[in-house]
Amino acid sequence: MAQHIVLDGVSKRFPPARRGGAEIVAVDDVSLAIEQGEIFGIIGYSGAGKSTLVRLINQLEPVTDGRITIGDVPISELRGRRLREQQTGIGMIFQRFNLLSSRTVAGNVAYPLEVVGMGRVERRARVEELLEFVGLAGRADAYPEQLSGGQQQRVGIARALAASPQVLLADEATSALDPETTAEVLDLLARINRELGVTIVVITHEMEVITRIADRVAVMEAGRVVETGTTYDVFTRPQTSTARRFVQTVVRALPEGDELSQLRAQHEGRFFTISFTDEGVSEARVFGALARAGVDFNLVHGGVDDIQGRVYGLLTIAVRGDAEAVDAALAQVGPGVTVEEQR
Amino acid sequence: MNEVVGILPTLAEQTAIMLGIVALSLAFGGIGGLAIGTGLYVTRSGGVLEQRGVWWILNVLVNTVRPIPFIILLAALQPIGRGLVGTGIGTEYAIFAISVAATFGIARIVEQNLVAIPTGVIEAARATGASPWRIIRTVILPEALGPLVLGFTFAVIAIVDMSAVAGLVGGEGLGNYAITYGYRQFDEVVTWSALVVVVIAVQLIQALGNWLARRIMRR
Ligand SMILES: Nc1ncnc2c1ncn2[C@@H]1O[C@H](COP(=O)(O)OP(=O)(O)O)[C@@H](O)[C@H]1O
Ligand SMILES: [Mg+2]
Repeated sequence: MAQHIVLDGVSKRFPPARRGGAEIVAVDDVSLAIEQGEIFGIIGYSGAGKSTLVRLINQLEPVTDGRITIGDVPISELRGRRLREQQTGIGMIFQRFNLLSSRTVAGNVAYPLEVVGMGRVERRARVEELLEFVGLAGRADAYPEQLSGGQQQRVGIARALAASPQVLLADEATSALDPETTAEVLDLLARINRELGVTIVVITHEMEVITRIADRVAVMEAGRVVETGTTYDVFTRPQTSTARRFVQTVVRALPEGDELSQLRAQHEGRFFTISFTDEGVSEARVFGALARAGVDFNLVHGGVDDIQGRVYGLLTIAVRGDAEAVDAALAQVGPGVTVEEQR
Repeated sequence: MNEVVGILPTLAEQTAIMLGIVALSLAFGGIGGLAIGTGLYVTRSGGVLEQRGVWWILNVLVNTVRPIPFIILLAALQPIGRGLVGTGIGTEYAIFAISVAATFGIARIVEQNLVAIPTGVIEAARATGASPWRIIRTVILPEALGPLVLGFTFAVIAIVDMSAVAGLVGGEGLGNYAITYGYRQFDEVVTWSALVVVVIAVQLIQALGNWLARRIMRR
């Protein structure tokens, strides 16, 4: 796949808040290559620099250092009218939707079309088509405050797509929404990616958002990208402690605290957590091997997840029997499986 | 009562003149105030037309002129008035002086209402590639329109007040009438009639402003 958005050694520093204070390094020497037509996630805690990074991509802020190109356009080098022309080709959606309260739904969606100079008649047809696409046909004349959060975000999405951009930037687009609405909006973003081929950059602090729609993910911490990879790889084999903490917000690798003591009270023996990926042997094979080795076990915790259509399992078992036999059996359960004892 | 009936024609005439002065001063001061207030807002740091120097000049100008008591400004502007509108007294000069005072008063009101616009909507407009001028026209002013109407209503009432004071330099209208015939000739009927008319006018203006703002803000 072709590279679409390329960041090369990009930094953004803000002047100190107080005279004589330290400069704020919001984005620190970030290099990334986002591919044409993918959904690229950027995850990090609050203050990691995600919003600043995404605002550099569409040049709402100029870079301090480095270079950003979109397609073959060096967007970080453009200013004034030439920059604004490029910005019409990049849609953006926001956590707080940022709709114009002085305009109706249709007026909001029409805004970018006015910017690109589309005529009134054409504009009306395009707005209708967009509202249909995001599932808001019939709400054209409503004002933003008359809509639910999920509906307002749909308006935001319709507006972002109005001028047929090749890139869509989503900054915490679902963070103000309840889980059900979040799922609907994420499904809509996935559909936009699939049906329109738009490259989407999703900023979030929620791992669910990443596992649900992102093909690849970058983990940000203190302005730097500390880990990048396919969502599946980062999820199943996180390399940094930050990435691991995000993974644990979705699957609890190990039962903890009260839950663990409760499980221990209910089940005798040693506890092991086994993680499966679709690159290794299946659970059935592992459990079969343990049974054949004469190891007596109970499944006590965990489950199997679907990440981007791929399987990932994390199961904790309680094992009874001779310590050496158990260790020997678990040592050779099969390739692609990791076993960790819970002590 | 007969006395009231007797002064009615003059009262009506002077009321009409006052409203004329107020309307013209509001028009000039409103345009000036909107321009300077918007200028302050867009040139401040982080504004869509950030220009530190321009902001600084506008800010000093507003801070200098605005605190001057109108009665002093009225006297101080006479030389400029003579140069600009050809006279330092009378109704025309009154309109000029009120417009100057209103411009700087309204500038701050406008700025304060623009500052309250959520920055996110401006960011969203910038992200579509809209130019700063387009954003001022299609986002900043429309988004603040309701509060601006209330701010202007507030300004109208201050202008009514100033129009009365301008009676001192011979600006016609209710103020001049009340001072010349009421205050100087101890005719309390005239004074009180003028007062009642002003109170009613202010009430009506306020009600109109509130109604308009509510319609714009849809509440
Ligand atoms: N305009 C700005 N001026 C000064 N500091 C800023 C500005 N924008 C962001 N920052 C700082 O940069 C850091 C990263 O912020 P941000 O990009 O908003 O992080 P995130 O979106 O990951 O929460 C924070 O320390 C924030 O205070
Ligand atoms: Mg943020």
